Amino acid sequence: MSNWYMVTVVGHDQPGIVAGLSRVLSEGGWGLGESSMARLGGNFTIMMMVRGEGSASDLAQVIDPVGTSMGLHVHIDRIQAELHQHPEPNVQIRVYGADRTGIVADVTGDLAGAGLTILDLNSEVSGTGDSPVYVIVIDGFVENGADALDSAVQLLNKKGLKVDVEPIDILVG
Amino acid sequence: MAVLEILTYPDTRLSDPALPVTDFNRSLVQLVVDLQETMLVGPGAVGIAAPQVGVAQRVAIVDVSPVLEGDRNRKPKSSRNGRLVLINPEIVERDGEVTGREGCLSVPDYTGNVLRADAIRVQASNELGESREYHCHGFESRAIQHEIDHLDGKLFLDRVMSPRELFRRKAYK
Ligand SMILES: [Zn+2]
Repeated sequence: MSNWYMVTVVGHDQPGIVAGLSRVLSEGGWGLGESSMARLGGNFTIMMMVRGEGSASDLAQVIDPVGTSMGLHVHIDRIQAELHQHPEPNVQIRVYGADRTGIVADVTGDLAGAGLTILDLNSEVSGTGDSPVYVIVIDGFVENGADALDSAVQLLNKKGLKVDVEPIDILVG
Repeated sequence: MAVLEILTYPDTRLSDPALPVTDFNRSLVQLVVDLQETMLVGPGAVGIAAPQVGVAQRVAIVDVSPVLEGDRNRKPKSSRNGRLVLINPEIVERDGEVTGREGCLSVPDYTGNVLRADAIRVQASNELGESREYHCHGFESRAIQHEIDHLDGKLFLDRVMSPRELFRRKAYK
């Protein structure tokens, strides 16, 4: 029976990291599941579900040559994997405001209180160095639909944030 | 009347461009009835195209009424033309763009964001061979474009945007 692991890799961004990682994994007999790579503040980051017969240290050995040569920090966790279980979002929330400490905490705290489950979140510090703007886009699920978030959104707007809520209507055809 | 089997990716017949209908006969009427019945069995489908049931003809149905008539307060922005039988459809005008999340009866367990024209003018025949023209926007327009893609051997997978690209479009629009 094969095991699933979550492999997290962080490092200075440079060409060829994904290619290098996926090459040694496939040559070592390890399979990939879902993955998510993002460049955050100039840093390379990726999380990959990896499946294979061996232990976490077997997996670490396979990745090590690439990790060492590219100066990457690699972290491995044994996980339970649920493929083919993708909860669909029914609401998208877009937020922006002048950057200050606690924006994400304010937004996610108030929205979670109103019943939002976050399925996907991306944020960026945009604008200029002098007047940074924080931008957040969230895909989530609210049991009772977008309207359930209305009062939380009003509260956030009073805190000086611009918050937009839009239902996600999935088109199946 | 019959519920037809829906082909799923990677069935290669989904990639074959469909042929124009030249004969508006009884079997065409029957095909439209069967497509309708098959669509209604699908989970929340608002359209279906003949290539999805292995018939390589330019025939599709779109009916977004069930979604627009849902009892939620926030309904998708959309024109309403009821049930559209689209035979040999041609988009003769496009205006604006809109992104939305799509899934497909032929691509189970995957949804993704797709960029479509917001407003379209589409010419098509109905099952009796009568020419029709529809002005559509929003959800209905997206559904028609999804189905015409099937007639051209394309799946929405050919057009999915990365979450990051969507983030930029939504956040900085
Ligand atoms: Zn489809």
